[in-house]
Amino acid sequence: MSKDLSVDVSPESLKEDGRPKWDNKFQYILSCIGFAVGLGNVWRFPYLCQIHGGGAFLIPYFIALIFEGIPLLHLELALGQRLRRGSIGAWNTISPYLGGVGVGSWMVSVLVSLYYNTVLTWVMWYFINSFQEPLPWSVCPLNENRTGLSEECYESTAVNYFWYRKTLNITPDVTENGTLQWWLVLCLAACWGIVYLCTIRGIETTGKAIYVTAIFPYLVLTIFLIHGLTLPGATEGLAYLFTPNLNILKNPRVWLDAATQIFFSLSLAFGGLIAFSSYNPPKNDCEKDAVTVAIVNCMTSLYASIPVFSVLGFKATTGYWDCLDRNIISIINKFDLPEQSIMRQNYTIWIRLLNSSYPEKIAGLKLKSCDLQEFLDQSVSGTGLAFIVFTQAVILMPGSQAWAILFFIMLFSLGLSSMFGNIEGVFTPLLELQIISKSTPKELITGIICLISFLIALCFTLGSGSYWIDIFDSYAGSLPLLVLAFFEVTGIAYVYNIKRFSKDVKWMTGRQPNLYWQITWRFISPLLLLIVFVAFVAIQIQKPPSYAAWNPKYEDFPMKEEKVYPPWVLAICMLLAVLPCIFVPLVALFHLIKRMLGSKDPRSNLLWWKKLQESMSCDLTG
Amino acid sequence: MLRVLLLAFSVVAVAHAELCKPDAQNAFKVRLSIKAALGDNAYAWDANEEYLFKAMVAFAMRRYSSKSTTQISNVLLCNVTDRVSFWFVVTDSTKNVTTVPGSEVEAAIRMNRNRINSAFLLNDKTLQFLEISSTLSPPVESSTPVWLTVFGVVLCLTVAGIVFLIVSGIQRHKKKSKESSETENLEEKCEVTVTIENGIPCETLDSKAGHVNGVYAADDERFTSL
Repeated sequence: MSKDLSVDVSPESLKEDGRPKWDNKFQYILSCIGFAVGLGNVWRFPYLCQIHGGGAFLIPYFIALIFEGIPLLHLELALGQRLRRGSIGAWNTISPYLGGVGVGSWMVSVLVSLYYNTVLTWVMWYFINSFQEPLPWSVCPLNENRTGLSEECYESTAVNYFWYRKTLNITPDVTENGTLQWWLVLCLAACWGIVYLCTIRGIETTGKAIYVTAIFPYLVLTIFLIHGLTLPGATEGLAYLFTPNLNILKNPRVWLDAATQIFFSLSLAFGGLIAFSSYNPPKNDCEKDAVTVAIVNCMTSLYASIPVFSVLGFKATTGYWDCLDRNIISIINKFDLPEQSIMRQNYTIWIRLLNSSYPEKIAGLKLKSCDLQEFLDQSVSGTGLAFIVFTQAVILMPGSQAWAILFFIMLFSLGLSSMFGNIEGVFTPLLELQIISKSTPKELITGIICLISFLIALCFTLGSGSYWIDIFDSYAGSLPLLVLAFFEVTGIAYVYNIKRFSKDVKWMTGRQPNLYWQITWRFISPLLLLIVFVAFVAIQIQKPPSYAAWNPKYEDFPMKEEKVYPPWVLAICMLLAVLPCIFVPLVALFHLIKRMLGSKDPRSNLLWWKKLQESMSCDLTG
Repeated sequence: MLRVLLLAFSVVAVAHAELCKPDAQNAFKVRLSIKAALGDNAYAWDANEEYLFKAMVAFAMRRYSSKSTTQISNVLLCNVTDRVSFWFVVTDSTKNVTTVPGSEVEAAIRMNRNRINSAFLLNDKTLQFLEISSTLSPPVESSTPVWLTVFGVVLCLTVAGIVFLIVSGIQRHKKKSKESSETENLEEKCEVTVTIENGIPCETLDSKAGHVNGVYAADDERFTSL
């Protein structure tokens, strides 16, 4: 077609349509990586690796990456870059019947932004509490009349108490709302303030902020890696993580988890990636970008699991040693043996000796059986990993304040860079809809979005807030994305036509997408998404949705109480899952009806044609 | 004479043995973990240390009830093990062969726990009186919690940043509107400064004149039809 414009042309000369631009390509790549790399890379991937056979999990993970992750990522980046619009506008342009996909993506971005920032609120709360000596989650507070430790804290652990009582002030049931926790409200306001500060002028400010928020986590991960490897017990943790158990591959659940993890980890179908790439110059190698972002995301997951598991191994080893030490003290006290006569190394010999000579005395001591495997097996993911397990491990390290501060700043940066993508996914399509006039300053629009989101997110600072966040995460942030991605791929492949799309990509990158892309876009990815979707739904409906409640009055406390959601909560769950997806058929139906009613008017077609041509003329010439 | 003395001595010894034995009335068990507390600097537990212990208990009894005339010889130790643990009991100096009530001993020890601990370079955990619970120290509460201070810093920085960006945005907007009112108003779809597209200036692609790009007019099937 025409001579290629080089990618690194200075910003001024290409601002034909007034669309904001990335300062340079590195900013764009970093934003995409920051969006993809989030909290899940740190607290979900290592957990999956651990429970699904260690190193063996990497096999389904990489297969899912190659056949599902990279094709979808390339599709979204190419789409945004070609059409230079946010998700709603882009899908409307592809086909008005597919406009619902854009609206659905926008809806999901809104829902996820609401609760994601509340998770960041928790991180910020822990961060500002890390400046105390001693760390507030390391000691139990005294009870009201100062005769002993607080009972709830004494029965569980200080770390659990600080998370469930001091942070969340959690209610025993999802129906009990409790009150607004003022400290969380303050932190939520600060978090939304920070998000506003960084996204105030769209990518102009996000692009600058991303240099810090995307690169800083890698620095901290490296520091933790080096420190973690020097901790005692780190090698046990790492061996436990990476020892492959190939038998696990026979379990279909493993493949499903790998596919969903890749999918959610790359933040597909949010519309954020489309928004990011829409600010690119039209001739940019999106194929290379897609492969780069996907590989960096996976490598980050692997890289993050090393310090996580070193620390977990350290924690398990310390717990094991504590268990042994407690048993040793009991034995020494009971038998009045001299101190340090029983060490950890000869513990088993002594136990056998004493058991043969004084079995009743030993039985009377009620010694706990100490097994390192059991400690290592305590696998946690999600908020439990960060706020309970990791905080406990940090107390055991010398200089715990510094480690806690570093850890929580890292989590905050990881989450913040993902929030940028979410906010862009909300912000960019809104700018393009005709409802907002062009003269309103961007600062005002972002301010209003952040303010409204803050007010709605106050619900998550109630006593039952964390239960609601789990609901949102499981229903709004999972199923609709699969549906939307399926329609994305099939829409491009069969409605827009893959040949046309390949021509567009060739125009942008300079080479025809090869066989790998053709096959994955046409057949493999849609099929894989369909299978994953069906399997996902099948597993969800197998048992009634339940949740684990923290109830101090529960008889098995500190175990969590398994409760079932009441019907009205289930209705909300269904609504959250269905709402974004419903737009796809609704919008298609709307346009079908409109066409059937207005099909006799020839001008309506021409008007739409002219509008499209005008908007595309500047960036398509040349 | 000697036989009388011997008899008296044995009677006292037997009496003492009766008074101080494990689980005797008003007797307390003490457990020390010297190696755990001091590591390499640990001292050995010998008769001198026992003497110091008796002295500390006598001291505690004297301080507690100022009228008390407890002597070191009133404090009896027995059943010293390698652990190091032993039982002790305090006899009443005024009445013969009776022990001071356990509650008094407990109160006296509690009052002077700190002094007793420091004499042996130990603390409540490593010098245990097994039936005398130690009073828990009140938590250290500062007037403003530390986290509020840090939060204040974070919030101030954020608000300062937002105000700065908004103000600079307003200034930029004012400057731009002043500039655009000075230059002539060009209502082109493509902006003036950005004009070169592949060597063809944008003005020639003047959409005001309603130029339809010939490439598209023919390329009908490029766009999805409704």
